[in-house]
Amino acid sequence: MEIDPFIFRFSIFILSIFIGYYVVWSVTPSLHTPLMSVTNAISSVIIVGAIIAALAGETENIFDTANIFGFLAIILAAVNIFGGFLVTQRMLAMYKKKKKEIK
Amino acid sequence: MISSNLLAIFYLISGVLFILALRGLSSPETSRQGNLFGIIGMAIAIGVTIISVGNFSTGFLYLLVLLLIGGSIGAFIAFKIPMTAMPELVAGFHSLVGLAAVFVAISAFLNPEVFSLGSPGNIKVASLIEMSLGAAIGAITFTGSIIAFLKLRGIMSGSPITFFGQHYLNLILGIILVGLVFYLCKTQADIWFWTIIIISFLVGILLIIPIGGADMPVVISMLNSYSGWAAAGIGFTLENTALIITGALVGSSGAILSYIMCKGMNRSFFNVILGGWGATDQSSSNHSKEQKPVKSGNADDAAFLMKNASSVIIVPGYGMAVAQAQHALREMVDALKKNGVKVTYAIHPVAGRMPGHMNVLLAEANVSYDEVFELEEINNDFANCDVAYVIGANDVTNPVAKTDPQSPIYGMPILDVEKSKSVLFVKRSLSPGYAGIDNDLFYRDNTLMLFADAKKMTEDIIKSL
Repeated sequence: MEIDPFIFRFSIFILSIFIGYYVVWSVTPSLHTPLMSVTNAISSVIIVGAIIAALAGETENIFDTANIFGFLAIILAAVNIFGGFLVTQRMLAMYKKKKKEIK
Repeated sequence: MISSNLLAIFYLISGVLFILALRGLSSPETSRQGNLFGIIGMAIAIGVTIISVGNFSTGFLYLLVLLLIGGSIGAFIAFKIPMTAMPELVAGFHSLVGLAAVFVAISAFLNPEVFSLGSPGNIKVASLIEMSLGAAIGAITFTGSIIAFLKLRGIMSGSPITFFGQHYLNLILGIILVGLVFYLCKTQADIWFWTIIIISFLVGILLIIPIGGADMPVVISMLNSYSGWAAAGIGFTLENTALIITGALVGSSGAILSYIMCKGMNRSFFNVILGGWGATDQSSSNHSKEQKPVKSGNADDAAFLMKNASSVIIVPGYGMAVAQAQHALREMVDALKKNGVKVTYAIHPVAGRMPGHMNVLLAEANVSYDEVFELEEINNDFANCDVAYVIGANDVTNPVAKTDPQSPIYGMPILDVEKSKSVLFVKRSLSPGYAGIDNDLFYRDNTLMLFADAKKMTEDIIKSL
């Protein structure tokens, strides 16, 4: 009997949870705020769904209700992607180890 | 156009790059590279999706314009936001992910052919369940994050809002949601789908309003987790591996952070979610208002004590963020170091309003991260330290957590500030902290209270040094 493709996706899902579990435990507590902002940015990969939803359908009829929701989702996700990665970058740039100070 | 197999491989690469982005955060040195991996992963995912749709007509132009608009707004916020406002920024961003998930789910429901899920009115049952899950979690994330944002921003009061039967109402709404998903699958009628979204918006509000200000670290982490599960739900609907992998990563990341935050307060997750300390304990704080002797001092006393100390430990808390005192604090530490005093920083897991909040503020003030320590690393050092400088923290230093089993914070891990030879406690008044209980530390012989604004006091100390 053939395996439903859903089972494969579900396997990926479960294994990714485990990867996430071990990777996140190894994140140093002082970087927990950047961790939140970067997870925020990457969860905006939902934009791929938005792009498909927005651009799909006949080219003449791009302003179907379904497309409009796609376009709206694109704006929201774009704010998040740029905002999330850039603010993470800005925070991480501040974490410096200073040279021993001269007394 | 590219084949769907190739497309899936590119999505897998994106997913792996996202894993590396999180992995990079295991140390500050590798973190910047990690962030770069994340950006590349995102660029790949967006790029191949556009190519795969292969629609380069008017719609594509709109897409570019919208990306540019959204991107500029995001970039503008990212560069302008002050570091002290980071908690509300993250809450705000969570709400956007949640709403985007809702919109994508709506779009998939209205036009299922595009995602090959069947035709309107005849969508595969599995897809219907997945998209309702994605939409519901997304909607809860959206309104929940908005409430969290308003509370953190101070637009809405941080005190818990509770009413009779609140938990039953949530339970009933939850059961109704399950029923609605069932009916949606059975009848495929639009009305059920819209009702699911509306009720989920309501649940999001109801879930967050009973949670008080100082429990926000748990709330933010929890919403972080939800935004991941919403993305994963949509990922299953769209059969997209990048979304499934990312959703699972973000979901478990948020869950772990919530766990760490709860452990930092010695409370169970449900205890936090079901509503705050602040609500139940206000009565107990009022009747113990008898006058106890308190030693208070001024900036000169504090400067004298610290100048003659050989080691000082700084304990920052939310009050430091409110007073924006981190820069003044670092200047004070620099002045102390010139006098040959050894200075370190001790950070409690739930200090501030989000995980790692204090670390970011100290980093902003140019404090080297190898001088900043977590609770377990530094707690034994208090016994050998001359002065502990508590600035804006309160409950996390209260020795009652170790001595009084009646206390609501009993069992919470605290920083052993009371063991140091003397304690300087910067605070505006003797009022109790968030937990609504008196801090025993105020009345100890070795404690000197410095009644002032955190920033003002620190600046005055610098002058006297």
